[in-house]
Amino acid sequence: MFFWSIVLILIGIYSSYIFGQSRIKKLVYSTNLKPKSQYNYHAQYVLSWCLLPALIVYFSWAVFEEQIIQNLILDSFEYVEGAAYDDGLLLAEIRNVANNTDFSEGKSKEIINAASQYKSLKLTSEISFYISIIIIMVLGSLYAVRKINIQFNAQDTIEKYIKYILIFCSSIAVLTTIGIIFSLIFESFRFFSQVSIFEFLFSTEWYPFIPIREGQAAAEGSFGAVPIFAGTFLIMIVAMCVAAPIGLLTAIYLSEYASQKVRKTVKPLLEILAGIPTIVYGFFAFVTVAPFVKSFGQSIGIDASPTSALAAGLVMGVMIIPFISSLSDDVINSVPQNLREGSLGIGANKAETIKKVILPAALPGIVGAFLLAISRAIGETMIVVVAAGTAANLTANPFENVTTVTVQIVVALIGDQEFDNPRTLSAFALGLVLFVITLSLNVLALRIVKKYRERYE
Amino acid sequence: MNSIVTQERIIALRKKRSAQDLRFKYYGFIAMCLALAVLVFLLYSIFSRGFTAFQKTTILLEINYDQEVLKLTPDSTEKEIEKGKFFKVKKNALNNVFENLSKSDAKLIKKLFSTNIDNEIKNYFLNNPSVLNTKQKLWVTAHSNVDQMLKGNSSRDVPEDRRKLNDIQLSFIDQLVQENRIQKEFNNFFFTRADSRHPEIAGIAGSFMGSLLTLFVVFILSFPIAIGASVYLEEFAPKNKLTELIEVNISNLAAVPSIVFGLLGLGVLLNVFGFPRSTPLVGGTVLALMTLPTIIIACRASLKAVPPSIKEGALAIGATKSQAVFHHVVPLALPGTLTGTIIGLAQALGETAPLIMIGMVAFIPNIPTGITEPSASLPVQIFLWVESAERGFQEKSAAAIMIILLFLFMMNALAVYLRNRFEKKW
Repeated sequence: MFFWSIVLILIGIYSSYIFGQSRIKKLVYSTNLKPKSQYNYHAQYVLSWCLLPALIVYFSWAVFEEQIIQNLILDSFEYVEGAAYDDGLLLAEIRNVANNTDFSEGKSKEIINAASQYKSLKLTSEISFYISIIIIMVLGSLYAVRKINIQFNAQDTIEKYIKYILIFCSSIAVLTTIGIIFSLIFESFRFFSQVSIFEFLFSTEWYPFIPIREGQAAAEGSFGAVPIFAGTFLIMIVAMCVAAPIGLLTAIYLSEYASQKVRKTVKPLLEILAGIPTIVYGFFAFVTVAPFVKSFGQSIGIDASPTSALAAGLVMGVMIIPFISSLSDDVINSVPQNLREGSLGIGANKAETIKKVILPAALPGIVGAFLLAISRAIGETMIVVVAAGTAANLTANPFENVTTVTVQIVVALIGDQEFDNPRTLSAFALGLVLFVITLSLNVLALRIVKKYRERYE
Repeated sequence: MNSIVTQERIIALRKKRSAQDLRFKYYGFIAMCLALAVLVFLLYSIFSRGFTAFQKTTILLEINYDQEVLKLTPDSTEKEIEKGKFFKVKKNALNNVFENLSKSDAKLIKKLFSTNIDNEIKNYFLNNPSVLNTKQKLWVTAHSNVDQMLKGNSSRDVPEDRRKLNDIQLSFIDQLVQENRIQKEFNNFFFTRADSRHPEIAGIAGSFMGSLLTLFVVFILSFPIAIGASVYLEEFAPKNKLTELIEVNISNLAAVPSIVFGLLGLGVLLNVFGFPRSTPLVGGTVLALMTLPTIIIACRASLKAVPPSIKEGALAIGATKSQAVFHHVVPLALPGTLTGTIIGLAQALGETAPLIMIGMVAFIPNIPTGITEPSASLPVQIFLWVESAERGFQEKSAAAIMIILLFLFMMNALAVYLRNRFEKKW
């Protein structure tokens, strides 16, 4: 369907363009007047009336076709009494039988019937798709061609359309934000209708296991997120303990001491560190650092967990080093040269200049950089999913196993999802907290950095 | 007397101060070296673990393609061959690995071989149908436990009950090694097969294809949208509250954690719009939304770099605003926008968390061929392998990381090349 619809749309584009062009040419010959815009704008006008409706039809089909067919199939499926069904598995099975990709024999009659129904529905849908896309393209072109005349300013209209398309493109970012806020708030609302918001924010018991059968032991899960926030905070602190000194000192060395040659080689190398996918850091933490931390803990007599906060935090620190160093580097470089020269001129040496003049002057920018790095560390997922624990544990000992907001989101959604179960919905509540915190850190940091820039410009 | 003391104190103080200066410089140097050392150590720890995955262990097996056992004739069609009794041939061959094997030993021997060797025996026959009724010596894939043992990834010095292979099996392996019936060869499965429960036949072809399809979707969606958005914001947008809102929005969206985009994909794309689950289509859409701010920011920078005189020249000779922009400014900014897009795609290639949310973590044992088929993606495959308890998957995940790093490196090199080759200095 994909290939042929592309072919169809391309044919439509070509013929509508030719159609529009010949129409305006004919008009010019018959009236012998000068048209208000050039031929190709008239042609483009017809083309856009052919293409845009076709694209709308195409995308709505692509989005809704499968959904509608699935609902139809499930509605008319002959459920056998007493057998347990799972909609997703059932549909997959029907689809496999219909596509002849399932060779196992002995399928039940209902499945085979449903598969043939699925096949015929697919066929109907495909035929009606082609028919409707052709009709809509022809109608669109005809409408546009009727509007063409000598007085018609096609160029103005086309430019207006282009502007609308551009506005639509830039509004995608806003729509994304609205989508994020809408989905987070909507699902969180459902979560908080089942779990009290005070329990979520202030209770220290995180035990999100809602029993499947009624009357099971531990019939109530508890959703106190304090240990999760504490774990996130602990790992973030460990990470910043690594990244802040190394990143800042590296930035100072690169911008104040290093030769041009060293700068030119080291900066791209640090950028490699920034470009490595986070799952790679996760692997590194899990395979190399965690065993090391464990044996180190044993050597000083502490019983370290194999998924300790320390291992995840250390590696996360490495991940945000380039972040801090490049941001601080920018900040330090934008400290005006005359401050440096003034300090050196009255006899201070380089270290004194940096410590007593440059760093205080750059402090707001550096704080901003640290805040951005913290926001990054809080939102980081893959390192902690692989290297930190999943059990909520309220502790300040970095050798113990803690969990984070992002880990709990993944844990809640990685298996079966039930959107009426607080366990699944808790992911959205945690996501909302994460979104709000990272966003406010970010806004704050950007504001600080901006203020600081203005001071020296 | 007094002045001498003062002078000495000044000298001492100066010494102290320059020592401090030097020390501070070394702190910076050490910090930088530490950061680089971690990078080297990280790459080393991955490469040293990963490169063994490009080889697999094979064992020489003598196979008797007996007509009677196979229930085939010389003129059997391909379909009949597919249904031939190759497992029986395999069983006979396994019973004759060593002479006079007892039943329990034969069972142990069987565990030294991959579960896939039926297919290998069959495929060999499909390619050479003339071997019917002959004995053939075939190198077939060994079990992952044997593979890991011979590569030295699992030690044989641990007590027997904590080993995957027991003492008798080890002695069999030693005998095979002595008789030169075991060898390492290039691991073609790693590049041609999709995921599997058995490490020795698991490969990255499926997840690689999934990543490629996902990136295709990301490119198709994000490139035009990013160019449209940045052209509007840079050239057409009036200076008002709405434009400001869009700009603030884009810069803040760039800092939203990727996992939140996963929640967006789950809550809106899957649940509201009904996109097909765990497919490159929905994965690509989520990643496109995620990388859009990055690409828009890069595109705007390259549009800004085009000097205004070019646009003004076009306007002066009577072009309309959109003619000036689309015929003159955008083509000049195109290399820069492409560079930005490639960097955005590189970011999308390494992203894992949002794909987990929309169900691309499912176990998919076949190679996807379209954007609406369930598929894995390379980073998610790495995640699945890292999480797996099976030892043989660890080197696979390291090797997959090597592949993904290679691709990231190539994409970034391409971006740098494009920038240097096409970008004009005005």
